[in-house]
Amino acid sequence: MTQTLDRRGTGPLTSLTPEQLTASGHPRLTVRGRGAARRTLADRTLKVLLMIVMVLAAIPLVLIVAQVAQRGLGVISWEFLTEREAPPAREGGGYAAGFVGTGIMVLWATAMALPVGLAAAVYLVDYGRGLFATVIRFFTDVMTGIPSVFVGLAVYALLIVGSGGQISFGAFPGAVALAIVMLPIVVRSSEEVLKTVSDELRRGAFALGARKWQTTMKVVLPAAGPGLATGAMLAVARATGETAPLILTAFGNINIITDLFNVAIGAVPLQIYNGARQPFAPGIERAWGGALALLVIVLVLTVLARWIGNRALKAHRV
Amino acid sequence: MDPQAAGAVSVAAPNRPTREPVGAPVFELRDATVRYGSFTAVKGVGMDIPRNEITALIGPSGCGKSTLLRSLNRMNDLIAGASVDGKIMYNGEDIYAPDVDPVEVRRRIGMVFQKPNPFPKSIFDNVAFGPRLNGYKGDMGDLVEESLRKAFLWDEVKDKLKESGFSLSGGQQQRLCIARAIAVDPDVILMDEPCSALDPIATLKIEDLMREMKDEYTIVIVTHNMQQAARVSDMTAFLTVDIDDEVGERTGALVEFDTTATIFAGAHDKRTEDYISGRFG
Repeated sequence: MTQTLDRRGTGPLTSLTPEQLTASGHPRLTVRGRGAARRTLADRTLKVLLMIVMVLAAIPLVLIVAQVAQRGLGVISWEFLTEREAPPAREGGGYAAGFVGTGIMVLWATAMALPVGLAAAVYLVDYGRGLFATVIRFFTDVMTGIPSVFVGLAVYALLIVGSGGQISFGAFPGAVALAIVMLPIVVRSSEEVLKTVSDELRRGAFALGARKWQTTMKVVLPAAGPGLATGAMLAVARATGETAPLILTAFGNINIITDLFNVAIGAVPLQIYNGARQPFAPGIERAWGGALALLVIVLVLTVLARWIGNRALKAHRV
Repeated sequence: MDPQAAGAVSVAAPNRPTREPVGAPVFELRDATVRYGSFTAVKGVGMDIPRNEITALIGPSGCGKSTLLRSLNRMNDLIAGASVDGKIMYNGEDIYAPDVDPVEVRRRIGMVFQKPNPFPKSIFDNVAFGPRLNGYKGDMGDLVEESLRKAFLWDEVKDKLKESGFSLSGGQQQRLCIARAIAVDPDVILMDEPCSALDPIATLKIEDLMREMKDEYTIVIVTHNMQQAARVSDMTAFLTVDIDDEVGERTGALVEFDTTATIFAGAHDKRTEDYISGRFG
């Protein structure tokens, strides 16, 4: 009988010490057997270790946010949000030109990258077969890894130099550069989301006599909607903070520009870059304010993205 | 023969026909063979599926009954490498003829799946989905109500048509899927183990619904549950799986197709009898 009670290194029941038995004589449900103490210790150590690593990973983020908030908060004012910037050595003015420029360029970049990226993702998931799809996927991956300054350089070479002066610095080349940065993010995130739409839904639509494009438009895309929105938001957040692609395309301008073509236009990251590298305290101060504003914008977009995703998850996937 | 008349006959003798089916069959299968690539899933099926009756396809796992069902409305087209040989005639027309539009086939021959698969849309939009695709011009509210009534679901959902289809229970979701299929006014409804994910009470509701529905529709159902086949169907086809040990291939084949009463009370083939009595499969 004792043999049948021998389980996982505890040894026969008869070999248990009285401390290992409950009052009623059953084996206790504690960790027992060879190396029990060691296993418990290893478990706890690992847990603590992981916690420490997590805290370590969060330290830079917390430091950046704290520093930016501390230095930037005093700068943010109505004037900062609505006025054009004074020269770097002088007090006053703000980042209005940057906000307007970033707004215009991100809007246009989204308008370009979103439909193209979404279409590519739909193609990859529902239509793409064989070599062509593999090639697209490969180039999307490569695009993700391209340093963003090259994107700016490429757009400069192709659009501005390439047009022989027809197109010069301004919102349009800036938006194109941002769109190229956004594109692989949109494609890849949309592809992942579209893959999660179950084939049962597609079959359900087909069984009702839907054509493939109708299934895509009326079932697959709506079902994936919240996830797609999340991916798009993250791409927008990324584009909002990009500096390098704009240096040779938007060029920067402290005047508020609303034209799409041929007038150099400001952007918040460009303005931060320019302000921070000049040896004048007022410009550097304002750069901190710009950094805080940018941080808040990106944070809001990211939180919004998560919120949209979660809300839709609750509404339909329970 | 007029299809309505055939329906009337089966109403007079609900789900226990004592007669041979009458009228032109909806489906005529002649030596139908379905392959996935080089693998033959089901081979050489010949049967006439009668109008306004419930036909059950039963048999052990791997006998190709679901494959056969899917071949009836060209849902197999969606599986890469699937091909059909032989003839599958629907109302006398070969549905695999080169000029046939599979979408048109599926509009006439609807399908309900094993797992309820409502769209992530409101209850109303789920039912209205098919009619909208077809450019339905009438009053959508009326059509949705009628379809939900026919699916015995109206009373349970009439106050929450705007809520998500996912807010319903599993059995309700399956009836929603049936309502969705009914809404496009099909001729035939194929059901692939429609109750296997449902509890017994929800199952009985669906079975009641099927008996109601056969006045208007021809139903072909695949089921693992022999009692269910006995309870609801008028005709039963028993399929089995032939295992070729030399090639290591398993191929489904039709053993026997007859009225449900005959299959369950006096099957002609020993294999059918063994399966029905639980000695095999």
